Amino acid sequence: MSDLELPPEPGSLRLVATLTIAGLLAGLMLAGAYAITLPTIEANAAAALRDAVFQVVPGTRAMQKLVLAGDHFVLADGKEAKDAVAVYAAYGDGGAFLGFAIPGQGPGFQDTIKLLYGYDPARKVVVGLQILESRETPGLGDKIFKDPAFGREFTSLAVEPDIVVVKSGTGSAPHHVDGISGATISSKAVVRILVTQNQHLLARLPTGDAVPKAPAQGSR
Amino acid sequence: MTTTTPPADPSRAYQEFVKGIWKENPAFVQVLGMCPTLAVTNSAINALAMGSATMVVLMCSSLLISLIGRFVPNQVRISTYVVVIATLVTVVDFTLQALAPAVHKELGAFLALIVVNCLILGRAEAFAAKNPPGLAVLDALGMGIGFTFALSCLGMLREVLGNGSLFGFDLFGPSFEPWVVMVLPPGGFLVLGVILLLFSVFGTRKAS
Repeated sequence: MSDLELPPEPGSLRLVATLTIAGLLAGLMLAGAYAITLPTIEANAAAALRDAVFQVVPGTRAMQKLVLAGDHFVLADGKEAKDAVAVYAAYGDGGAFLGFAIPGQGPGFQDTIKLLYGYDPARKVVVGLQILESRETPGLGDKIFKDPAFGREFTSLAVEPDIVVVKSGTGSAPHHVDGISGATISSKAVVRILVTQNQHLLARLPTGDAVPKAPAQGSR
Repeated sequence: MTTTTPPADPSRAYQEFVKGIWKENPAFVQVLGMCPTLAVTNSAINALAMGSATMVVLMCSSLLISLIGRFVPNQVRISTYVVVIATLVTVVDFTLQALAPAVHKELGAFLALIVVNCLILGRAEAFAAKNPPGLAVLDALGMGIGFTFALSCLGMLREVLGNGSLFGFDLFGPSFEPWVVMVLPPGGFLVLGVILLLFSVFGTRKAS
């Protein structure tokens, strides 16, 4: 047909062997890289979470994790399921209990918004908000974490009655959040996540003496 | 298939290194790897990180493929190359996650998608498999620099126009009204289109 001279066809054994060896070596490399980087990756995630908790509950000096077991929260012992519902108790100077940092997530304009907010049960107010992950539109929806004015809406926000978003500049009641003009969907999404978590979790949070004591010095 | 190794020729090595940076620039001339070129160039730092990650993968894969090329039967060569590239991308992914979590979060899924960047498989197939390791690495380095350069151009332009900043530093102060569309997906197409047009105009003019 043509004057092309094709090299002889190698046996299928050789083909299988080549791919097997390539796969084995690749597997070894991946396992090695995973084992080497995993501790750092986990430490990064823990540090990021710690920073976020310290920010949403102002004055925090120490924190510990609580997980939902049945109908109430108990201290996490490290053996809980990875997807267990968790909140973080935050303590200030001298181990005084300050409040809880509550994670939440829900659909935003483009993708899931993940956030963490601080809640002070004594005053029944939200005391801080941090957006952990979002892919909202640059310049518009990303104001939920880039616009400091929106963040300030969540520094003393009553949770009863349920938080509502109002048109920018018209918020007067303590449970009103001024929406961001141009980012209505994103600001409503943030508030919806908060309201859902509040309805779901606030009644189950430990109160009074049931709140775990502050962790010993240097503990997580 | 079997070519005798050419004698080490400094001018050839130089040629292989330089060609990818400008004359055969992977993004602007060969128009390869358009997915990351458009997707992650909304800020200069993202573009630089993506370009560097791609360059590391490209250099390692070219070196490995140049070394093993002779032992891999023709029928399974593409699958073997893809295994090599996917492994390297995952290693880079883990490393970045450990060393620069913020950058890793920004690049997101596009980091893993370096695997399917046709630039990498293209260089493996077109160059690395047929050339000695030294030249393969030089070729990859040149192409990698060219790709990073192209991405950075786009990223800097889009960040300045669409966000009024460069590498995160505010340039124009609060009175600047950012041209938001530039950091959105359409802005990527617009800027890339204009740059490709310029390259094409100058290319044609030079040829005639």
